[in-house]
Amino acid sequence: MTNDALVLSVAMAVAAGLVGCFAVMRRMALAGDALSHVALPGIGVALALQIHPIFGAAAMLFFGALLVWALEERARLATETTIGVVFSAALAIGSMTTSGEDLIEALFGGAGELTWTEIVFGLTAAIAVVVFIVRQRNSLIVMLVSPEVARTAGINVRRLNLLYLQMFALTIALGLRYLGVLLMGALIIIPAATAKRVATNLSGMLITAVGVAVLATVVGGHLASRLHRETGPLIVTVAAGCFVLSLLRRQS
Amino acid sequence: MEHILEVSHLSVRFGKATILRDLSFHVPRGSSLAILGPNASGKTVLFRALIGAIPFAGTVQWAPGTRIGYVPQKLDLERDVPITGMDFLRARDALASRRAQSARRGSRLPAGESDTTILRTLGLVGVPREAAAQPIGTLSGGQFQRLLIAFALVGAPNVLLLDEPTAGVDEPGQERLNELVRRLQQEQALTVLFISHELSVVYRYASNVLCLSRERVCMGPPRTVLTPDLLLEMYGTPMDYHVHDQ
Repeated sequence: MTNDALVLSVAMAVAAGLVGCFAVMRRMALAGDALSHVALPGIGVALALQIHPIFGAAAMLFFGALLVWALEERARLATETTIGVVFSAALAIGSMTTSGEDLIEALFGGAGELTWTEIVFGLTAAIAVVVFIVRQRNSLIVMLVSPEVARTAGINVRRLNLLYLQMFALTIALGLRYLGVLLMGALIIIPAATAKRVATNLSGMLITAVGVAVLATVVGGHLASRLHRETGPLIVTVAAGCFVLSLLRRQS
Repeated sequence: MEHILEVSHLSVRFGKATILRDLSFHVPRGSSLAILGPNASGKTVLFRALIGAIPFAGTVQWAPGTRIGYVPQKLDLERDVPITGMDFLRARDALASRRAQSARRGSRLPAGESDTTILRTLGLVGVPREAAAQPIGTLSGGQFQRLLIAFALVGAPNVLLLDEPTAGVDEPGQERLNELVRRLQQEQALTVLFISHELSVVYRYASNVLCLSRERVCMGPPRTVLTPDLLLEMYGTPMDYHVHDQ
């Protein structure tokens, strides 16, 4: 990996680790994982219009997050069904609008040359996500207890939910280059799930999740270039390996 | 305003179902109001309306400067998260200081320097420091309820809303929690609104009781309001309960 690519992928992993912790604790692992699928039709349309795929993906993810947000206001069961239907449909439609090499790269990530657009977008987005989590940490924690309690603490619950989901979507957009539409959700969820098993307090969880995400990204990326394989599957395999190791630790 | 809360003509509907109909009452500052009613009579819904978490018709007016500490019955939280009581209390405390700072231009300690507030609150509710430093999943039911009360108190409230604070706690634990709430109310001049199923608790701790039932709503001191007829009407079965003069 070049230095640019290394910096960018580490920034992406840090964002993924942090965002994932709250996704796992808020029990939205499934929704979060499936949300990445909506990026595919966006990539297809962007390629057809000959603009950078990242912008098509980001736009679709923005609307996907808006949908999850609107649904979360209602019953949880309806949310799960809708997510199952809408996001799978998006994957199907997206697969039809994209084809060949482009499709494989969109699904699993690819190693092509990084453009300046991507580097600037990636670093800006990663910084935005990290700053958001660090600044809103207390509100996000209080919101875990119950939305009513959060209200009485002066938190605008609806707005914070929406912002969080948009940051989640942005994190997915960040990782599409390396992990693709199918696997980016996993880099957000698996490190956080690992951290949830191992950590005994909040800082421990955040640090562990970031550590696992960065480790998986760097080791996976390195292995991919040595073995001439796609990066995404190797990154996720390393992360999943960490999770399996965490199972060895007896949960208190 | 002599009353800390005035509610007039409050109605809440979910779709076609009317949960609360034309409810009017007021709560004097420093008093304690018990909310009593059969299941599904809208007790929790009333609390959610009072804090503005759901849409309603009518008016709910809190006195200026009211800060509410809410202890919900149902939590969104899974107990297996690796977050400690201290993590939660610190987060809540940081929000409270931020709010106080923006309201009064920094007359309170900034966040991070006020672990003293948290430790004092833990002492008040009787949760040992070591327990608060553990992930919340390791706490007993009673300790967890105490932690939730501490969580509400860290926001320096002058009103506490307690939704069945003793549910799922063993009997001696319930007794201690009720005493805790009464002590806090006296020491900190709090107004307390609590939902309860326990008539004995209502008699002992409430200055007023608000009964919610499908047929009618009534309010007043427990001894005048809680007649055998009303209890029969609310719960459908005669309640075998005797009031002992203390």
